[in-house]
Amino acid sequence: MFKLLPESNPLAPAVTVVVNGRSVAVPQGCSAAAAMLMHGGGSTRTTPVSGEARAPYCMMGLCYECLMEIDGEPNQQGCLVIVREGMHINPQLGKPGVKP
Amino acid sequence: MQTDLAIIGAGPAGLSAAISATAAGLKVVVLDEQPVPGGQIYRNIETLAATRPAHLQWLGPDYAAGLPLLRHFHECAATYLPMAQVWQVGHDGRVYYRRNVANEGAVGIVHARKVLIATGAMERPLPVPGWTLPGVMSCGAAQTLLKASGLAPDGRFVLAGSGPLLLLLAAQLIRAGRPPAAILETSYDFWGALPHLPGMLGLPGYLLKGLGLLREIRAAALPFYRGVTRLEIKGRERAREIEFEVDGRSFIEAVDLVFLHQGVVPNGNLALSTDIRHHWDDLQKCFRPELDAAGRSSSDMVRVAGDAGGIVGAVGAAAMGEVAGLAAAADLGSIDAAEFESRAAAARQLLTRHRAARPFLDRLYRPRQQWVAPTDPDTVICRCEEIRAGDVRHLVAAQNCPGPNQMKSFMRCGMGPCQGRLCGLTAVELIAETRGQTPAEIGYYRIRAPIKPVTLGDMAALDVPSRHDAVNP
Amino acid sequence: MSSRDADVLVLGGGLVGTAVAYGLARLGQRVLVLDEGDIAHRASRGNFGLVWVQSKGFGVPEYQRWTRRSADDWADFSAELLSETGVASGHERPGGVTICLNEEELERRRKRMEQLHLEAGETQFQYEMLNPAELKKLIPAIGPEVVGASFTPYDGHANPLYTLRALHAALLKHGGRYQPNARVTAVDARPGDFRVSAGGHSYAAPKVVLAAGLGNKELGAMVGLNVPVRPVRGQIIVTERMQPVLPMPTLMIRQTVEGTIMIGESREESGFDDTTSPEIVHTLAQRAVKTFPFLRHARIVRSWGALRVMSTDGLPVYEQSVQFPGAFVCTCHSGVTLAAAHARHYARYVVEGALPAELARFSTGRFNVQAAA
Repeated sequence: MFKLLPESNPLAPAVTVVVNGRSVAVPQGCSAAAAMLMHGGGSTRTTPVSGEARAPYCMMGLCYECLMEIDGEPNQQGCLVIVREGMHINPQLGKPGVKP
Repeated sequence: MQTDLAIIGAGPAGLSAAISATAAGLKVVVLDEQPVPGGQIYRNIETLAATRPAHLQWLGPDYAAGLPLLRHFHECAATYLPMAQVWQVGHDGRVYYRRNVANEGAVGIVHARKVLIATGAMERPLPVPGWTLPGVMSCGAAQTLLKASGLAPDGRFVLAGSGPLLLLLAAQLIRAGRPPAAILETSYDFWGALPHLPGMLGLPGYLLKGLGLLREIRAAALPFYRGVTRLEIKGRERAREIEFEVDGRSFIEAVDLVFLHQGVVPNGNLALSTDIRHHWDDLQKCFRPELDAAGRSSSDMVRVAGDAGGIVGAVGAAAMGEVAGLAAAADLGSIDAAEFESRAAAARQLLTRHRAARPFLDRLYRPRQQWVAPTDPDTVICRCEEIRAGDVRHLVAAQNCPGPNQMKSFMRCGMGPCQGRLCGLTAVELIAETRGQTPAEIGYYRIRAPIKPVTLGDMAALDVPSRHDAVNP
Repeated sequence: MSSRDADVLVLGGGLVGTAVAYGLARLGQRVLVLDEGDIAHRASRGNFGLVWVQSKGFGVPEYQRWTRRSADDWADFSAELLSETGVASGHERPGGVTICLNEEELERRRKRMEQLHLEAGETQFQYEMLNPAELKKLIPAIGPEVVGASFTPYDGHANPLYTLRALHAALLKHGGRYQPNARVTAVDARPGDFRVSAGGHSYAAPKVVLAAGLGNKELGAMVGLNVPVRPVRGQIIVTERMQPVLPMPTLMIRQTVEGTIMIGESREESGFDDTTSPEIVHTLAQRAVKTFPFLRHARIVRSWGALRVMSTDGLPVYEQSVQFPGAFVCTCHSGVTLAAAHARHYARYVVEGALPAELARFSTGRFNVQAAA
């Protein structure tokens, strides 16, 4: 849904993250939610109430629409998590399960 | 950690307060949710200025104005804790936070003698049919992506709503070569605002800037619809088209993305959670804390500065932060009253001018009733719990529900993870309209800590005494 | 206002008041509920939602029996509310456990269960003390620090907020009226004739039921009833929604139908301060992660404090004023558990104009004895 502007920081190193199982390059310092918006297609979660598809809305930590699964940890606010090399970013599908 | 003044938020108000308070001799800790200081308005400014000069041009001088403020902040003696989510402020001066570093939550407590809440503004929601679809975001979100990561909307998009940010974002995207397909303006009342124009004349630069933005947008020859009376975003799994009405005529635009905006209101959950006195501001159509000129609240411990205390804009917020930082220093005995007066004089003057200018802008873009209290019954107002406008109206009318807390408890509206941030004002407006009362009479959700999602593991690890005497079966 | 605004005025619109009011309306009484506004000390909005038997009535068999009666009525009561209003109270009765984290807790627990069993009389009281392996079969998520639990099949839970909503709706459906923003400021009492000032109006009725929780202390004095209730604060944490993991409620932790997990059951004397304190929330969290280690990853969405309505001996207070017949008091700290009994039985007693012998143990005379002793 978003793409890098051509004039975007040619000097900034890229980080490789795994979005929906696919390795992609994103700018260093960007958020997991931004990575999803670049490479994740449409929705980034389904709601625990009705299963409706949602995607990041406010990008400033308020709306909790960008809840996603990051490195296996469910319900993370993707807009507040900065990408790291090798980070796995997946949609949050409904309620999180229970980890042993 | 012990400190004189804990400041929550590293936007213009928080940064200025840190600078003035440290200069006046206080020990200061600044806690902020973001990885770098600047708040939303100056988000990522330093990296961006160093690496993306073209973007700095597009974003404009009001954004670049953050650079000197940040320089001063780095030079000041404040301790800065980035990526720290503050989830509770106690009246004993304890500030509880969780640092979101390397995905390993660590909780901590700052013990402060005074606490300054400078959590800034948030966009007022614009609940319209379809606004929960993927592909619909706020204008602030688009601007954040531009500032933080150099990302621009991909595909065809429109901006809809009202307020200065709507126009600013349009101009920024035009400059970046990614103009919107159309701008749909929902609230604008020049004649209503006109009586407030004299207050605006104290800041002639702002008027000129506003006119400049409009000129840029006009020059780009974009369809600019003023006086939109109906908005609906359609699509199944994501936004595909936006339908709207102007002067009784219907239009449809195909879209990949829609950006909504309806002005800004205080980002108030932290201040509300401290139970300091708030009141309804009818011009800005929001609740705001009751503050004196230096940001002191009804609690001796808690102060509020910047947009979190009522919208004043970035420069006004910085001025208010400066005054609040000095007032904290004076209250803690670090400077005397005369010293406070002389140091705060310039910032107070600036703040007065910015305050005087607000009513014109507030009135010019004051949301029309239909956009704050949706008439379409199926419009979702609580995005977390998927509660619809019609459900709220029906419950309030059928069960003689007196206010938002009863409503919330009966239907879970506002009980999801966002804790009412995105539905609170809409709920109040709907209840007020249904009951024939004013929002001031209706009141707001009672907000309780933790206002950020700490885990039970974090809470169990918190360094406070246990109370097994009060907790056992 | 006419001299008869209702057959019964119910003072208080929480779980106790609306349960009684709904019961009255169902019996054909003209009922008006007078309630405070949106913000008030409302135990009904802050409670935990257990329909609970295994902690009630040590040494007071009458309380055990009254509680059991209500718990036994709950399934039917819940079904009735659903059919009346379409609102599901979420009631379930899978049995419940009190989980112990050390031998001392377990021993205390064992003794209390024995006592309840011995005192149950003809009602009977079945229970089991479970070791960790047995408990793990019921609730696989328990952690290694759990030393055992007590189980009874009588326990269950409901959504207290939906229950309250359903009671409001059911009351209105049966012709009852609900008036919020009407905090009672005065009661002009005469036998069988009460004039109540509230929210700038005056209301008259031959009967009045005091169901105002902590407010009953003050209101009781206006109708010749000594109701020594005080606030005992409880704090509760609720998490994000999770996949179903807890098949039955425990005394301190339960999973709701929505999937959120509630943690509660703290007790403090804090006056009328209903805020939360980090020390208590911290201690609740410690206990929660010891009981169910998976919870350490769960995010807290909210926490809150609420004030229980506690009498000096912890029992409900039910009585008709001797000085002003027609004035009844109905108050307790188990508004959810006892909702069915209040709607079905207490309401009937109010209509009949006399409380039965089985409720005599809950009359205010006991407080005078205590005061004398």
